[in-house]
Amino acid sequence: MGFSFELLSEALLFGVLLGCFYAAVSIGLSVSFGLLDVPHVAHPAVMILGSYFTYVLASYGLDPIVAGVVLMPAFFVLGILIYRFYYETFEKRGTEASVRGLAFFFGLAFIIEVGLILGFGVDQRTVHAAYIGSSLSLGEYRIPYRMLVAFGVALVLTFALTVYLSRTFTGRAIKAVAQDEPALRLMGANPVRIKQWAFGIATGVSALAGAMLIIVGPVEPAMDRLYIGRTFCVVVLAGLGSMTGTLAAGLILGIAESVVLMMFGASWAPAVAFGLLLVVLGVRPQGLFGK
Amino acid sequence: MSAPLLKVQGVSKHFGGFTALSEVSLAIAPGERFGLIGPNGSGKTTLINCISGSLRNDSGSIEFEGKEISGLAAYQRTRKGIARSFQIPRPFHSMSVLENLLVPYQYVVHLRESDAEQQAMEVLRRIGLADKARATANQLSQVELRKLELARAMAARPRLLISDEAMAGLSGSEVDEVLKILFGLNAEGITIIMIEHIMQAVMRFSQRVICLDAGKIICEGTPDAIVSNADVQRAYLGA
Amino acid sequence: MTYWIGAAAALAAAVWMALSGINEYFFYAAFVVLQFMVLATAWNILGGYAGYVNFGTAAFFAIGAYTAVVLFKWLGAPLAVQIAVGALVSGLLGFGVGLLTLRLRGIFFAIATVAIIFIMETMMVNWRYVGGATGLQLLRPDVMAPFASYTRMLFAVMALLAIVAVSVARYVQTSWIGRGLRAIRDSEEAAECSGVPTLKLKLFACTVSGALMGAAGAPMPMYLSFIEPASSFNLNYSVSALAMPMIGGTVHWIGPVIGALLLGSIQQIVTVTISNEINVLVIGVLLVLFVVFAPDGVIGLFKKFVRRR
Repeated sequence: MGFSFELLSEALLFGVLLGCFYAAVSIGLSVSFGLLDVPHVAHPAVMILGSYFTYVLASYGLDPIVAGVVLMPAFFVLGILIYRFYYETFEKRGTEASVRGLAFFFGLAFIIEVGLILGFGVDQRTVHAAYIGSSLSLGEYRIPYRMLVAFGVALVLTFALTVYLSRTFTGRAIKAVAQDEPALRLMGANPVRIKQWAFGIATGVSALAGAMLIIVGPVEPAMDRLYIGRTFCVVVLAGLGSMTGTLAAGLILGIAESVVLMMFGASWAPAVAFGLLLVVLGVRPQGLFGK
Repeated sequence: MSAPLLKVQGVSKHFGGFTALSEVSLAIAPGERFGLIGPNGSGKTTLINCISGSLRNDSGSIEFEGKEISGLAAYQRTRKGIARSFQIPRPFHSMSVLENLLVPYQYVVHLRESDAEQQAMEVLRRIGLADKARATANQLSQVELRKLELARAMAARPRLLISDEAMAGLSGSEVDEVLKILFGLNAEGITIIMIEHIMQAVMRFSQRVICLDAGKIICEGTPDAIVSNADVQRAYLGA
Repeated sequence: MTYWIGAAAALAAAVWMALSGINEYFFYAAFVVLQFMVLATAWNILGGYAGYVNFGTAAFFAIGAYTAVVLFKWLGAPLAVQIAVGALVSGLLGFGVGLLTLRLRGIFFAIATVAIIFIMETMMVNWRYVGGATGLQLLRPDVMAPFASYTRMLFAVMALLAIVAVSVARYVQTSWIGRGLRAIRDSEEAAECSGVPTLKLKLFACTVSGALMGAAGAPMPMYLSFIEPASSFNLNYSVSALAMPMIGGTVHWIGPVIGALLLGSIQQIVTVTISNEINVLVIGVLLVLFVVFAPDGVIGLFKKFVRRR
């Protein structure tokens, strides 16, 4: 492994694209865990479920991104159902149930993972599209088109969600319920309905994130474990509930992973997200933009 | 006053951009009955949390019996003699009423199990919960839960007891019950800080009262002085 | 006192079985079930008693195994030393992780334990001395008399470890430490204000838990004559160590024992007769079912049954 500025700049560029991708796959968790405080360790598993559904739809000829968008309403409903179930069974019962809530999501992630193995096997799955496989040549760099696609969708998603949360009435209600639930109740709004809606949005977004995941690279059922590290790293580094922070944190992770990949190879890259997460938890658990 | 039991100087606490406490200073004499009032969100519980150690103050100093305690963990402050009850009762719900009291007896006073049980029953008798000794938290009424909160604080043998809205939502006679207990504790030499919204309780109980609003002290004095103070009236009525 | 008599009897029974003519396969399976009993009991000390969920059992388990490998390869250390040092190293790991994250909310501790699995696994994958990604073959030493086979001896050793683990759990549960842990689980803030040194107690539970998990992992390389990252850090250990106490019941040391016997046996049967994937599915489904419908586990169901009569 020789060191050269070319390699480094290529790693940085790739890291930026990768980072935006990580931000996009984490943004659903930013809402469900960051804002709503749901211990949603099954978030990556649900996202990978989205990847596999995208795969199925793509095998019928649908473009992967279109497939992702098509899946969003279905996943929105799925999200509402999951939250409703979680709320009725666990959140209502108070803090003792938090251990069981966590165990529930852990179990759910596992059931999804094994279900996918049973349905699709352990082999990796990929999708095909015009923009997958070829690269854009920019001077000395070759940027894979699929990374650009992911980059673009990521920016759009983050931007859209940030605007939604700050400009629309429901969006602001979601932020309000995260900060001061009793006040919201006094204003006549129903916090449970709002949280439900927010969780639905977060899950719907995960469907599109899942589509991007399979565009960027092959997926396999056990990937949710690795992405627990990446998504929680991004969300915690950002600071719970910060949407723009998610983008910044994603970039940091993406660049860190890319540089480590370049310098030490692929066998060390998975540990970066988890290592960074531990460092953040130890040094500044409120993250970059949290309180 | 002679050396204060508790001296709070210039204490501030921020949550992100929000200032919950701003340069709060007060001094409480040993054996005093001290009232703390203020509208919702004025910072009363935050101040209590900073004194008891559940939160760390961002600036300023807190001295108990002449020694700085800002750096101590909450359990260390309890062992030094500061006990508090919680506004929303937080019983140990997997334990019986009696066992709830065993926790402070074992961890603060370091009694053996048998001695602790005896002392705990004493406290329960005194506070009127003796017949509920074996009951669990979900079998208790609101006022009984409040009493359990106080009993647990009493079990820690504090020199300073902070009662955080122990009487919210109680009936007139229940308020009298709790007041009687607090007066009794004070007669034994325990300094008491009472946070309450029930004005008549604060007036009857306190020797001195401080009113907080938006993180700042806006008035300090005797109960009569406080009640007739224009700033206090404005804070509560929002004029 | 009855407990110790029972424990001694159980150990005697295990040794007697190991010396008897029972089918060799029984010991392969029973070793695994007993191993899970130790893991489940260890998990419950922090998870059940204090309420802090550890997802990283696989890491503590595997580090115990790898410690044993290093000691064996480097010093030819006997099994007892492997277990003791394995426990020590995993205990230190538990202490370290705890120090880093136990002052934060429960979910951060849980995620940190997942992180530990990945980081430890990545480290082992990149360490040539212990075989890296492909793993290492190990030659077992000669079996000690009076045991007829190494597996039988390991079975007896694991039975002893199980009794040690349960005894430790029982002590923690019934002592003043246990009451402090329960206070933490019920209301950490109130516990702290009642004089409980919450961080110290949590660290203690985490360290003890980690050490016992390491002890359970140490005999693994000898059991398999082989060590390899993927199977050592298998997430199934984490799920099972969590599911068994939650299903058996978390308030009492007998819960993890029941859960391990029940689930461990089911696992052995399903893995052999159907498949490994269905096995994990069964555990996951049972976990969710119990967590939702029978949160107090088998112990809770039993209590309800007794009350109704």
